[in-house]
Amino acid sequence: MAKEVNQALAREFGLSADEYANVLTIMGRTPSLTELGIFSVMWSEHCSYKSSRVWLKTLPTTAPWVIHGPGENAGVVDIGEGLAAIFKMESHNHPSFIEPYQGAATGVGGILRDVFTMGARPIANLNALRFGDPKLAVTKRIVDGVVRGIGGYGNCVGVPTVGGEINFHPSYNGNPLVNAMTVGIADQDKIFLSAAAGVGNPVVYVGSKTGRDGIHGATMASAEFGKDSEEKRPTVQVGDPFTEKLLIEACLELMATDAIVAIQDMGAAGLTSSSVEMAGKGGVGIELDLDAVPQREAGMTAYEMMLSESQERMLIIVRPDRQDMARAIFEKWDLDFAVIGHLTETGRIVVRHKGVVEADIPLDPLAEQAPLYHRPWVETPKRAALGAVADPVGLGAALETLIACPDLASRSWVWDQYDSTVGGQTVKRPGASDAAIVKIEGRRRALALTTDCTPRYVLADPEAGGAQAVAEAWRNITATGARPLAITDNMNFANPEKPEIMGQFAGAVRGISAACVALDFPVVSGNVSLYNETEGRPILPTPAIGGLGVLEDAAQAVGLGLTPGLDLVLVGATEGWLGQSLWLREIAGREEGPPPPVDLAAERFNGDFVRGQILSGHVRACHDVSDGGLLVAVAEMVMAGGAGARLLPGPAEVTAHAFWFGEDQARYVLAVPDAAAVLQAAAFAGVPAMRLGESVVGDLTLPDGAAMSVAALRTANERFFRAWMD
Amino acid sequence: MKAAIVVFPGINRERDMAIALEASVGRKPRMVWHKETDLDGLDLVVIPGGFSYGDYLRCGAMASQSPVMGAIRAHAARGGHILGVCNGFQILTEAGLLPGALLRNANLRFLSMDCHLRVERADTVFTAQYQAGGVFRSPMAHGDGNFFADAPTLDRLEGENRVAFRYATAGGAVTQEANRNGSARNIAGIYSENLRVLGLMPHPEDLVDPLMGGTDGKPLFDGLVAGLTDTRAA
Repeated sequence: MAKEVNQALAREFGLSADEYANVLTIMGRTPSLTELGIFSVMWSEHCSYKSSRVWLKTLPTTAPWVIHGPGENAGVVDIGEGLAAIFKMESHNHPSFIEPYQGAATGVGGILRDVFTMGARPIANLNALRFGDPKLAVTKRIVDGVVRGIGGYGNCVGVPTVGGEINFHPSYNGNPLVNAMTVGIADQDKIFLSAAAGVGNPVVYVGSKTGRDGIHGATMASAEFGKDSEEKRPTVQVGDPFTEKLLIEACLELMATDAIVAIQDMGAAGLTSSSVEMAGKGGVGIELDLDAVPQREAGMTAYEMMLSESQERMLIIVRPDRQDMARAIFEKWDLDFAVIGHLTETGRIVVRHKGVVEADIPLDPLAEQAPLYHRPWVETPKRAALGAVADPVGLGAALETLIACPDLASRSWVWDQYDSTVGGQTVKRPGASDAAIVKIEGRRRALALTTDCTPRYVLADPEAGGAQAVAEAWRNITATGARPLAITDNMNFANPEKPEIMGQFAGAVRGISAACVALDFPVVSGNVSLYNETEGRPILPTPAIGGLGVLEDAAQAVGLGLTPGLDLVLVGATEGWLGQSLWLREIAGREEGPPPPVDLAAERFNGDFVRGQILSGHVRACHDVSDGGLLVAVAEMVMAGGAGARLLPGPAEVTAHAFWFGEDQARYVLAVPDAAAVLQAAAFAGVPAMRLGESVVGDLTLPDGAAMSVAALRTANERFFRAWMD
Repeated sequence: MKAAIVVFPGINRERDMAIALEASVGRKPRMVWHKETDLDGLDLVVIPGGFSYGDYLRCGAMASQSPVMGAIRAHAARGGHILGVCNGFQILTEAGLLPGALLRNANLRFLSMDCHLRVERADTVFTAQYQAGGVFRSPMAHGDGNFFADAPTLDRLEGENRVAFRYATAGGAVTQEANRNGSARNIAGIYSENLRVLGLMPHPEDLVDPLMGGTDGKPLFDGLVAGLTDTRAA
């Protein structure tokens, strides 16, 4: 590594000419290779959020129940009984394209660490996945690898994977999205933060040894893909879920004591970001002696160690008088424990290796003078109204096509590879309810968890699409009876240096903000992944939302499975909105029109009504109406529960296919013993509601008389993944 | 009944097992770290599920060499009862306390779903509260649950009536479709010669609370409490 440090090398490391000039000003000299490496990763898009920060600041992040919003390793909310839920979603898109299994696996590992580093025991994993055209062989390979990777890691660490979503679209052909979310539980008075404190306190490294894997991973994640992406495989890390499991148990054991001053995982940019951020947040300096770092390979340089993204490592500031006890805990779990430095009062990070000072950087300018861009952006043009679209096939044929299409096909092939029951607290498994329900051990209380986004809406209208993603997460939680509390957002977009892409970002943030405010559903954590394009082809803008809600009693949760002998009631107004609907794409072959408008007041009003009905015990099953519209929602309830249904004709003023397949928002289907009572309550509350029909033993019978057996529906719904993969 | 759960590094269903045992016994079981060597005074030793040592060698192979295994063998030799679930079953076969081996699932994928188990005999302490020939539902979650033994061993297990459970349909039919992991003769669990060591792949401990969708697994633990508490009193 005898490379000369100059502007050319800085560019290779992802720093612009202006950024490199600023490095020279801050340092007052030419930086060393290690110093340049530290600047380049700390100022990468991935670590500095330089393109998105100005927009992220506009998001609503507070509510009386928010304990810690964005800025910590994960968001923290009060869920009652002195407990806190700690959660975050994070992307691992670029690594998952290069090496699907390890990319996805380490994505799960990384987000787990973000959560347990705050003192929480992880109790649930979810994910949001986007893949390219299923007709391509590469898509099949990526889906198979990602699903195996998520399962391989989550199953081994023993955290149930309880929910998620998958979409397919050719825009993800060269750039799949793998967003992983972890939820943990901690006592509110035992939450651990990352701000270092106490000059002289030891800096302790625990976990796996450091190797040469993942060097400059954060920089890779901040660039577009070209034809040479395959060559970037060495920048992908390799996961070791067994060590992660030991690390969880050892950290939680140490957290039960008073030994920890501050703690942070070594995620993107590894030792660099953890040490810089911990010292920076605490307003102290930090000195590291790299000779003490546990190393997997001989002959590693300071540059390599500071930039390695080896997995399953944590950095802890320990009380000096508790050091021996802490060491004993990690040795019990057969994990490395090394004092690699101490805190200073210099306000600088000083890195020594073999007696040589390899880096000596003032921390304040490294953080405060990080680049911040007000990227130019243009408003996304509104789509022309769709106009009338004739029904070419009829209700029954359209339903059969829709439930078999890749975006609506049963995901059981995927769920069957994820351990969803480990922990013994999974009340509603994947597919059983709109949001997964996981009980808190030893309590009646439970969490409702979901991930949501409809990228085709966001492309057509970023603001409406951003609002819709939040509203759908809120609805999915509401449909179980739970009270929605907060979200984590995972903003996946293409190249922010293109004004139309930045316009998508800006629009989505506006929509998310509006929905968060209207629904009292603040953003408490998140992650931004930009440059998601390959050879100039951008992904659909995909602001994935992870939502969390709480149920005081897990027994109150309702699922979506239909049982016989109930009335079906639709809550919410139906105009028959076919713009950007799946029916339009799959049946009429058109991806056109504006997406359904999101009336946030109606969302709030209708949702609060539905939740009230559920908690009053009037509802046996509930499902929100989303992709595919009303008839798909009913069919999903039929397939989940096994009862059939007999449906009445819709209102005369809406054409049949628009009524049954339109994707109007703010709607729910309820299965209730007594429709009259619910309709009366709805009328009293001023909420639009109508009787749709009834559940029966037997077939699903459509208003036009066509009948489909439950078995036939399930066969059509199961076909896609099984035929593709088995 | 005095019960203990053995915890190897990488085990991850020890909490599930502790909850199930506490629900039936009325108090928390003892948690035994794999480096401990004293299992005296216990009625039941449980080896729970998970990925001991990451399953990086053969599943259960590393754990079977742990310090605690000497005490587990001694407990078995004393006629003590042992329950091994999932990785625990794999560890028991690797340790030679049960015959056979657990191979990769036939479809080479992890399988996480409910299965139905036909109870082959109801006269052991493990199954006393089930009916012989009856069926109960249980979650399962494993990558290596494909039970294998050579034909003479399988014949002997069947001849000695040591098959505990077989994968079946909800109606009790032992079919190929019900045998998702491809186990020899649909075998989901087996007993030792003295019927005091049981190994099985599925997780009855994850279905002991109506909130989780059923209590099909609870009779196994209730039966152990009834059977083993009586033994001590006598």
